[in-house]
Parts: sequence; structure tokens; C-alpha cells
Amino acid sequence: MVRVLVGVKRVIDYAVKIRVKPDKTGVVTDGVKHGLNPFDEIAIEEAVRLKEKKVATEVIAVTCGLPQAQESLRTALAMGVDRGIHVEIPQAQYDTLQPVHVSKILTKIAQDEKIDMIIVGKQAIDDDSNQTAQMTAALLNWPQATFASEVKVEGGEATVKREIDGGLETIKVKLPTVISADLRLNEPRYATLPNIMKAKKKPIKKITPVDIGVDITPRLQVLSIEDPPTRQAGSVLPDVDALITKLKEKGHL
Amino acid sequence: MIGSILKNSKNFTFKINGYRLQSTLIIAEHNNETLAAVTRNALTAAKKLGGDISVLVAGTKIESVVEQVSKVSGVTKVLKAESEDFKGFLPEKLAPLVLATQKKINATHVLAGSSAQSKSLLPRVAALLDVSPVTDVIDIKSPDTFVRTIYAGNAIMTLKSLDPIKVVTVRSTSFEAAGDGGSGSVEDAVNDNSYEKGSGSEWVSQELSKSDRPDLASAKIVISGGRGVKSAENFKIIYDLADNMGAAVGASRAAVDAGFVPNDMQIGQTGKIVAPELYMAIGISGAIQHLAGMKDSKTIVAINKDADAPIFQVADYGLVADLFKAVPELIEKTNK
Repeated sequence: MVRVLVGVKRVIDYAVKIRVKPDKTGVVTDGVKHGLNPFDEIAIEEAVRLKEKKVATEVIAVTCGLPQAQESLRTALAMGVDRGIHVEIPQAQYDTLQPVHVSKILTKIAQDEKIDMIIVGKQAIDDDSNQTAQMTAALLNWPQATFASEVKVEGGEATVKREIDGGLETIKVKLPTVISADLRLNEPRYATLPNIMKAKKKPIKKITPVDIGVDITPRLQVLSIEDPPTRQAGSVLPDVDALITKLKEKGHL
Repeated sequence: MIGSILKNSKNFTFKINGYRLQSTLIIAEHNNETLAAVTRNALTAAKKLGGDISVLVAGTKIESVVEQVSKVSGVTKVLKAESEDFKGFLPEKLAPLVLATQKKINATHVLAGSSAQSKSLLPRVAALLDVSPVTDVIDIKSPDTFVRTIYAGNAIMTLKSLDPIKVVTVRSTSFEAAGDGGSGSVEDAVNDNSYEKGSGSEWVSQELSKSDRPDLASAKIVISGGRGVKSAENFKIIYDLADNMGAAVGASRAAVDAGFVPNDMQIGQTGKIVAPELYMAIGISGAIQHLAGMKDSKTIVAINKDADAPIFQVADYGLVADLFKAVPELIEKTNK
């Protein structure tokens, strides 16, 4: 029987057009719509499906972040996760919290909770790092199956189809293992109102990095966050012939 | 003089302008036949750091790749490791080798071109070194200061890495590919029995998308289709136009999700990032996530019947038209 840990990150909603702060220290987050990192929704869905298939006995969701991150944890609980762990990080340290720290936290929790499988999203859409799964696997000395688009678990091993640059590949990993979810792994369910109400009763344990002995000292100094260069507005062409002319001018034809 | 001092003391750190003398270990990517283009981009990035550049080539059959790597401009040394263990380039097997190699040469930087393979491997290596890796850098300001994008390319972060060893993946569209003209020496990476080989994973099979068209990541022209193309059958007109123009074919996530094309063609924040001379977006609205993968293209052309589609805000030339009329006309007029 498999015990599953899923990683949950609260991020600015994917549809929001972000704004860079005028002082170049970061991105405006106050009053901006946040949600669950889309890849984490997929990770949660996969974990819940493993439970529905009677492969997983318990699914625990963990989030590392500000007090508001609890909302994302509640969403995970409403999707079918059994209980949550909120590793509280104060704002001052949250700005420099990185996958290197999160993976140490996940490692410690995985050991404490006797976890057999960790599923996280392949990347968070805010920092775009794509590191946490790989680093957690390394720290636990477990095999990793990154960018998964299909997972089958049987008899102490997982057969995973992975998205690679030229197509797909299939690997087998022995449990315990870390899996990172790609977009095409599944279609996450919506949390229904009754389940959202039920989720309010599910337990969330609050801990701090200090409680579990994880050092979250910054490993980087952010020197600046700036707007990308903007492109010059172009022109609308009247017809295909005009486009052909432009392409010829540029030497593409 | 300095060289001999360094040779005589492995862990001696010599400071120039406040920096320890740089040396870079690049992890080569290949398919046991050909060196991947992304490794050549990583080499150009490594040259910005200064110092020696060693390239690790690990695989099941590496003779020809080692030869190719030794000729790339800027390569000081090729470190080779040939073993059946490296079948499928599993990170569990490669990470300990990279670690052992790094310990031996004491590199200040470990680099690779951004790709599915390096994104899988390098963070694992970084964790074993207890350092925080830096993903997908678009510029190198100094040996410890890197520039990368966050929020789907909508913000640019300049950061200083505080770790002793920098583990970095390099966005290949931001650095030229290093050409030939080098003459690196070749030696074994490590004594085969000197490190713990990882286990727990096994490579089973792969299904690669076959195509005679140019490689998406390095093509000069990319033509992409989106939801507006409406079906897998209709994608034929995108392919036909691409063939007339010698272009690679990409797609938006919507086109992939709808099953029009395989997902290795997806361009965007979580797919491939391209920066060709010409990018033609056909039936693509231009969501934030798609723009992240193509907005550094030199010239952008959009064909979309919705004049308000966000893609027109980044397009140099826009054609507000039904793609099912415009594309066949383009095909006809580009027929050589």
C-alpha cells in the first residue's frame, strides 16, 4: 500500500497579466488573484486517482508559504486529499524561498510520514524553476520520473511515460519514488460545493521549517526584477500578396 | 606560473578581480551518434565565464560524439564515460557520475543547455552538491550573476548566486551555437569504480516523433498552428506551407490538447522556447503561456480572423483573415 505526498504551491493565477513593481524588487502580488499552480492541480488529481484505484492508502498535501497558502491546501483537500501540512514561511523569507529549500522540507516530511510516493507539478508558473521534484528525489536518494504524462503503479514499481524533447519515453521506477506531473497527465476535477464544505473539516497541521530542522537561508540575492523589452507595434496587412511582399523583403522567400 | 600552481594544488582557489579562477563542466547531450545543438549553445555561455571548459560525454556508445565535442571551439578537455549503465541517460545513473567528475576537476560551474534531459538531471546534481540551481538563464553578467525570466517571460530577474558551485541550465535561444575549430584533449572522466552508481530506475522504450522538417529549437522559420486550425487533418495545410518555406512546425497548447499534433511540438512556457528569424502564428490567439515561447522571434507574423486576438499585439505583420482561405493562397504563391 502506497502513501502519497503531494506538493501544493499558491501562485498568481495563470490568466493574470503580472505587473513589475516600480522599484524593481519584485512583482505586484497584493490584491492580485491567486490560485493553485496548474501543474500541482494535476499532481493532486493523480494522487486522488491513485487513492480511488485503491493503490494509495493516504494522500497528504503539503504547502510551503504565507498564511494565504492555506486556501490552496483547502482546494487540495476539496479535491480529495486526506489532510494537509502547512509549512509556514514569513513574507521576508518567502521572497527568497527556493526549490532547494522546499525539497529539503518535502524530504523531511516524506521521512516523518513514511511516504512511498511524492507527486509534484513539473514547475511552478511563477518562478518557472522546474527543480523541486528532481532535488527531492536526490535528497531522498529515490528514483525520479519527471514530466510524467502517464503513471501506472503495480507491485512496488511505477511505469511512467515521460514527455521528452523528441516525443515520449517510458521508464520504470521502483517505489519509493518522486514523480513530477506534466500537463497531459490528467484533467483535474473541480472541487464541488459539498466537497469544499467537507474539506473545511479536514485537518491541516501547521509547522515551521525550524520545527523540522530545515535551514531556509537564501541561496540567491535578487538584484532586480524588470519588465521584458516590449516589441514595437506592427502593421496589419490588407491581403496575402502584401504578406508575400513583406516576406520577400525580409528574405524569407 | 599560475597554471602550475593550480595543477599542484587541486583545491587552491586563486582570486582574480575577486573571483576564484573559473572552470566549467558542461554536460553534453547527445543520442550516441550526434552532439545536440543545445550543448553548443551552452559552450558559448561557458565562454562568457572564462577559464577552462571541460565537457562530460556519457553514454552507451560515445566514440563519434567525443570526437565531435573535441573539435568544438572553446573546449579544453573532453571527459568520456562509456557504459551500458547510461542507457536512456537516466538521471539516477548520470548524477553520481557528474558528481564524481565535478569532485575530480573541482569546477566552479556546471552547465548544460536547457532541454528536457538537462532539466531532469541538473537539479538532481545540484541537490547532491547542496546548491540552488539556476534554470534557463538568458544572460550571464558575471561568474555569479545571472539573468533569467520568471512568470512566463513577463518579468526578468537578475540574481546573484550565493552558492560555491553554480549549477546552471542555459536557454539555447539566448546564446549562439559554438562552431568547430577547437582541439580539446580527451581523457576518461573518472575511474569506473570510483563512484556509487545510482539505481532504482530502468529505461524501457521511447517513441520519437519522426519528421524530415528542421528541428524546432534551431529552425530559422517556424510556422505554428493553434486551435483555429480545427482538426488534425487540417494541419496538413500548415505542413504544406512549412514545406514550401523550409520551416519547422510548432503548435499552441490548445492544438496539442485537442489532439491535432503530438505534444513535442508545443511552443510556450512549458513547452519549447524558440526564437527563429520568422515565426508565423496561424489560428493562435496568443495567450500569455504561448507568447512565453516565441516572443523573442525576430519577425512575427499572425494570421487570425479575430482582429482583437492578443497575438496581434506582438506581431510585426498581421493578417486578419480566415486561415482556410489565406493559408492555401500562401501555399499556392510560395510554390517553388
